[in-house]
Amino acid sequence: MRQEEFEHLHAENWQQFKQLLDEYEVRAKRNKMKAVDLKRLPEHYRNICHCLAIAKQRQYSPYLIEHLDTLVLRGHQIIYTKHDNILVRVIEFIAHGFPRKIQQHLSLFWLTTFVFYGPGAIMFGLTMINPELIYSLVPVDQVVSIESMYDPEQRVLGRERDSDTDFYMFGHYIQNNIGIGFRTFATGILFTLGSLFFLIFNGLFFGAISAHIVNVKYTSTFFPFVIGHGSFELTAIVISGMAGILLGWSLIAPGNLKRIEALKLAAQNAIGLMYGAVLLFLIAAFVEAFWSSSTNLTINTKYTVGTIFWVLVLAYLLWPRKPMISSEASSGETH
Amino acid sequence: MLDTNHRIEVPEGIEINVPLAGPTVRCLAFLIDFLIRIGIYFIVAIILNVMGRFGAGLISIMVFLLEWFYPVFFEVLNQGATPGKKIMGIAVVNDDGTPVTWSASIVRNLLRTADMFPALYLTGIVSMMVNRQFKRLGDLAAGTLVIHRKTYSYSGKLPEAKPAQIKWSLSLEEQSAILHFGERMSQLSEARRLELVNLLAPALDESTAKGRLAKLLSLANWLRGRR
Repeated sequence: MRQEEFEHLHAENWQQFKQLLDEYEVRAKRNKMKAVDLKRLPEHYRNICHCLAIAKQRQYSPYLIEHLDTLVLRGHQIIYTKHDNILVRVIEFIAHGFPRKIQQHLSLFWLTTFVFYGPGAIMFGLTMINPELIYSLVPVDQVVSIESMYDPEQRVLGRERDSDTDFYMFGHYIQNNIGIGFRTFATGILFTLGSLFFLIFNGLFFGAISAHIVNVKYTSTFFPFVIGHGSFELTAIVISGMAGILLGWSLIAPGNLKRIEALKLAAQNAIGLMYGAVLLFLIAAFVEAFWSSSTNLTINTKYTVGTIFWVLVLAYLLWPRKPMISSEASSGETH
Repeated sequence: MLDTNHRIEVPEGIEINVPLAGPTVRCLAFLIDFLIRIGIYFIVAIILNVMGRFGAGLISIMVFLLEWFYPVFFEVLNQGATPGKKIMGIAVVNDDGTPVTWSASIVRNLLRTADMFPALYLTGIVSMMVNRQFKRLGDLAAGTLVIHRKTYSYSGKLPEAKPAQIKWSLSLEEQSAILHFGERMSQLSEARRLELVNLLAPALDESTAKGRLAKLLSLANWLRGRR
């Protein structure tokens, strides 16, 4: 069959299909489409695919092939869109998926915890022995500003603030802390080096500051302040680092897969961890802004509640959970 | 061909062509988005400023959301294109050509941090240069492609001429080339048309260039099936 005849035979079908696509691709028009038309879409699509195959086989003019190719691509994007019920998946993820993901990579979780707290603890010890050491890590003016934050003479904690600025700090914590988490994660793709750097650096920083606070005897304000949100925030940093290391490690040791495939697989896993980390960061920012900074509560209340938070977070993450049969489907991505 | 085409096999057993978007067009799209974000910050900051510290808190949250999730939001809900990409006519799709999913888009945009390292997206640009599909690190991990949006529509542009039968046997490829030339003619300058057709001078039994052009057009019409 010559091209002219072929076009003549199918032109009407192509035109109809193109019209359906034009309607479907605009959200407002899509909702008004008739059910009959929607049902015809797959049939039309198969028809176009068939035509494209024939046109290629018979080497019809490249313009015609390009035209059919475009129609197939547009149809392909509609027919094979991945649908999922996001709300159900979010709830399932918080209830089971996230802890299960941590437990899948439990040894990595402990390793990352060690990488974060280990250098921190050493730095804490060293700074206790030699108080000057803090200045080798933290610039002087930052030390001064941190001291002024936790000075027991101050009526407010955390940052110098008026009573109506809790919300301001909430916003600040979200922007700042989750940003740190994201960076800790993302730079892990550089063969885990970025994640390791951020984990160790933040660990050292936190260890040095803690020791310095003890040295200048501001413990009565500092520790009650940090214990409240620390369980959420520090754990979230560890999990971000864990996700980053997963990414980088897939490049170092891809196993039986090609590096690129191993990376894609690791990214799917890691992004699940990051969803959970963001959740923890949000809770941390909330607690830090509205609870930790409160001056009406006694120190004992803060220590008690802070300890309860730690127990809750660890229990939530580490309490053994039954593996689900379709665990990949609920926690992973592809359907 | 030298085109940056990428082939995707669809479940119907055929391959389709997607033209990949290169670093330049993607950088331009990024710059447009960057300017849009700056504009938004500017306007919102002016409005929220009257709300004092509470407004400043809102601004922080908004900066956070826009910096990290502005591309995610548009890529998923707006057919793979942020406003900048839309203006440049490019879009993000999954490796298999389907519209980009939430998690893929989140992965590729969170990993921007790594692509920015150490400055000015250097890592990302190098990665695009060495990768055959112009992928930056985020694209590699998320399994996404950035493509030119195809809007091509065909209307059979071959100029009419009296069809003339071909006297020799031609391979399918040669037939296709003649047909393609006929359809592309309207895009070429007169001089270029004649120049191209002169390449076939030995085969076309005509003395003038114009005559050869007319002859070739007749052959193309014949190949297309006009009688």
